[in-house]
Amino acid sequence: MKTRREFIKVSTVGAGVAALGLHALDLKGMSLFDKESADPASDEDLTPYSTYCEVCFWKCAGWTYVDKKGKIRKIIGNKKDTHSQGRLCPRGTGGLGMYEDEDRLKTPLIREENANGKQYFREASWDEALNLVAKKMDALRKEHGPECLALFSHGTGGGLFSHLVKAFGSENISAPSFAQCRGPREVGFTATFGEGVLSPERTDIRDAKCLVLIGSHLGENMHNGQIQEMSAAIENGATIITVDPRFSTAASHSKYWLPIKPATDMALLLAWINVIIEEDLYDKDYVKKYTYGFDELKAHAKNKTPEWAYGITTIEPDIIRRTAREMAAASPSVIVHPGRHTTWYGDDTQRTRAIAILNALLGSWGRRGGFYNPEKVHIPSFPHPPYPKPTRTWRDAYPEGKYKLVTEVLSTGICDATIPNADLACHIRGWIVYGTNLMASLPDQKKTLDAIRNLDFLVVVDTMPMDITGYADIILPENTYLERYDPLRSSPHREPSIALRMPAVESKNNTKPGWWMTKQLANRLGLEDYFKWETMEDLLEWQLKQIGSSLEEMKKIGVKSFPREYDDLYQLQNLPDYEFNTNTGKIELYSTELAAEGFDPMPNYTAHPEPPEGYYRLNYGRAPMHTFSRTANNPNLTDLMSENNVWINPKVAALWEIKNGQEVWLKNQDGVISSFPITVRVTERIRWDSVYMVHGFGQTNKKLTRAYGHGSSDSELVTKVTLDPIMGGTGMRGNFVTFLKEKPITTKMEDKA
Amino acid sequence: MRYAMAIDTNKCVGCSDCVVACQTENNVPHGYCRDWIVESVSGTYPNLDLEFRSERCNHCDNAPCVRCCPTGASHIEQGGIVIVNHDECIGCGACIQSCPYDARYPHPDGFVDKCTFCIHRVEKGQNPACVDVCPTSCLHFGDLDDPKSDVSMAIKDRSWKVLAPEAGTKPQLYFLT
Repeated sequence: MKTRREFIKVSTVGAGVAALGLHALDLKGMSLFDKESADPASDEDLTPYSTYCEVCFWKCAGWTYVDKKGKIRKIIGNKKDTHSQGRLCPRGTGGLGMYEDEDRLKTPLIREENANGKQYFREASWDEALNLVAKKMDALRKEHGPECLALFSHGTGGGLFSHLVKAFGSENISAPSFAQCRGPREVGFTATFGEGVLSPERTDIRDAKCLVLIGSHLGENMHNGQIQEMSAAIENGATIITVDPRFSTAASHSKYWLPIKPATDMALLLAWINVIIEEDLYDKDYVKKYTYGFDELKAHAKNKTPEWAYGITTIEPDIIRRTAREMAAASPSVIVHPGRHTTWYGDDTQRTRAIAILNALLGSWGRRGGFYNPEKVHIPSFPHPPYPKPTRTWRDAYPEGKYKLVTEVLSTGICDATIPNADLACHIRGWIVYGTNLMASLPDQKKTLDAIRNLDFLVVVDTMPMDITGYADIILPENTYLERYDPLRSSPHREPSIALRMPAVESKNNTKPGWWMTKQLANRLGLEDYFKWETMEDLLEWQLKQIGSSLEEMKKIGVKSFPREYDDLYQLQNLPDYEFNTNTGKIELYSTELAAEGFDPMPNYTAHPEPPEGYYRLNYGRAPMHTFSRTANNPNLTDLMSENNVWINPKVAALWEIKNGQEVWLKNQDGVISSFPITVRVTERIRWDSVYMVHGFGQTNKKLTRAYGHGSSDSELVTKVTLDPIMGGTGMRGNFVTFLKEKPITTKMEDKA
Repeated sequence: MRYAMAIDTNKCVGCSDCVVACQTENNVPHGYCRDWIVESVSGTYPNLDLEFRSERCNHCDNAPCVRCCPTGASHIEQGGIVIVNHDECIGCGACIQSCPYDARYPHPDGFVDKCTFCIHRVEKGQNPACVDVCPTSCLHFGDLDDPKSDVSMAIKDRSWKVLAPEAGTKPQLYFLT
């Protein structure tokens, strides 16, 4: 956060020199600086180009303003956009730092080894790099089959890489956003309502009268639409109830803050269910008409009383009852928020099931102020031959039936299928990694490295030299989102809409857009028939024509809204007949699907491991001005926050004789020590049994001159992963750390090129 | 006419969007800022209060920075906006010392710089950049003499405070509580 203290630090150091020295030079007409740059530009002198943001995955639409010299001056939200309402978040506003960053990948790189066995990257031409990627892919296809290729993709341009990999003959396409993030909630809600929560979340926060956040730190998690709607809900006098061991920003805006003991949320949820049933607070018509298994649930929750939960959660029974009554009073305009990063303790599908059940009892699904029914524009694919049907997939790494309920490919499943084992006919041998820094986004770095060691080749497509690029054989540097066309944005929302991203400026370096790379690779691999358009403009023009627009129109308006096809935004508002996409056609309070797979049909509380003496639970989260490690080097955003801190309660700090601002190293329960020290923030905002740090810092690639060694990486300390038996989500909140006040002697894990 | 700003602390999440929007709008060099966030925590766990404040120049009615400026570079524009004329500023820093809000910084080009309420936008009827970008819509700007202005409407019926009232500067940032 940009604070005055930081500013003073800068100004006291630079003041004298700057004020006297440079001004004196200027008087002599020898200014070292372009004085014009000091004056703000008038909007009329700038040209706006349509874009949508790529700094996070909310994808807010906006305009990139370019001045007459071709310099990007600012990025401003598009007022017609349902995601941003014309207001970008700090990351979107600071998105030009992605373009300006001088540490960017600037040209294709190929890994080489010299006579002494030392590995290094050599600059290469695009032709050479693409020929080499195609050669490796072709060899893989011929020797082992196309199924031995996998794609990790987290970003818009990944859509066309996905198309390429499917055309090549592989279905191993994954993003860490499922197994490491929102997967449990999608599976838990699908088991209950027959549908997932999706992104942007279908939460009708703006009209909610009560919003319940369980570990969700809206305001620090800066998903724009949700923050804007939370602010609107506050304005409308909504009651916010926040459950968090940390006094989060959201907690500070809440009527009730429940400072729960970490890892006990399930007990609280069950107690809330108990109160709502036992006190007859549930929506009876709704429950009768739409739900299945109410009697079973009632019997199941009978003894899960607030008194029972008190002993587990440390939340007083009276508070549990009062908050349950607040929710019921607001019903159906109440949202028990499903969360987004939900991979915590390994029973996460069940926990999100409990959240889904609570919402069902309150009648909020399909009702105003609860969960709305989103719609999106269907954008047709450019005609291409059918994809070949792969004979093998990543699932071969698991015994028959395991993780049957997953709705997307598990990223950790790709790792498992890459590490050779006796049951695998052929392990995955080639990875393309698009726009995701796997070293930070996957837990258990040792396993990721083990998988990487077993690869024939690793291709990384990125804009920045992230940690993962250090392990690549070939690096393909991409244009930033401000320099490229990408597929149209079409995301589910109240009102269906599309948004255009177009280049505002020419490529600054020898980088290329992802679409161009995929087309070039397709040509080299004999897959031309899947890419029968010439340029991205041709593809967009064709697609826009199919839905009644044109590239010319989209360049002018940026965002185009379409009327809803169905008038069912709140599909259960007046209790119409409705069939859910579940086995029973009802909202399943008792899940027949989970029962059939041998899992608990209704959620149960299980005690999770507690920190050993002298250790503290490692909780991690987000800061509003950063998106994981992808912004860790962004000059505009590091200016706001350049490193993370470890939050420690004053009692704990006193016990350890640790001072605010002191640097410590963190050591986890498996003896793993943080690569870099981290500055301590002693604060009352954290419980005494846990510590907290913002994810995405402690980058180990020296080429990131602003991010390297700044703060610590929570990812490297998450070595214990508790797998969700239902869908393979990687529970990461079961790691414990202690403090090392002296610099530890460590050996490096692995040398990178 | 009296320009002023109201900051709704019940809504602000301290995201710093106002800071980065100001930096890009006004070409504030990296490492410097015209507005900033203060996080103020009080109490002990679990009885806590937390307030985020988006702070900047208070455009005081009784501005010490203007009074102490030896060249007249710091002056008051129409509507009470306190402005530094960069060409007249010799960078002596007296104003920096005099400001109870620490709202000014020495620009590397040799002059003192600070928030202008985005006067170049306000003159055209636009809001300051920070106001227009705020995702929580917690910033309200306008003319206090106009009862219909956004800032007048925001202050009406709400309790508010100003910073360092004891300094007697008559600051024009109103923090709604």
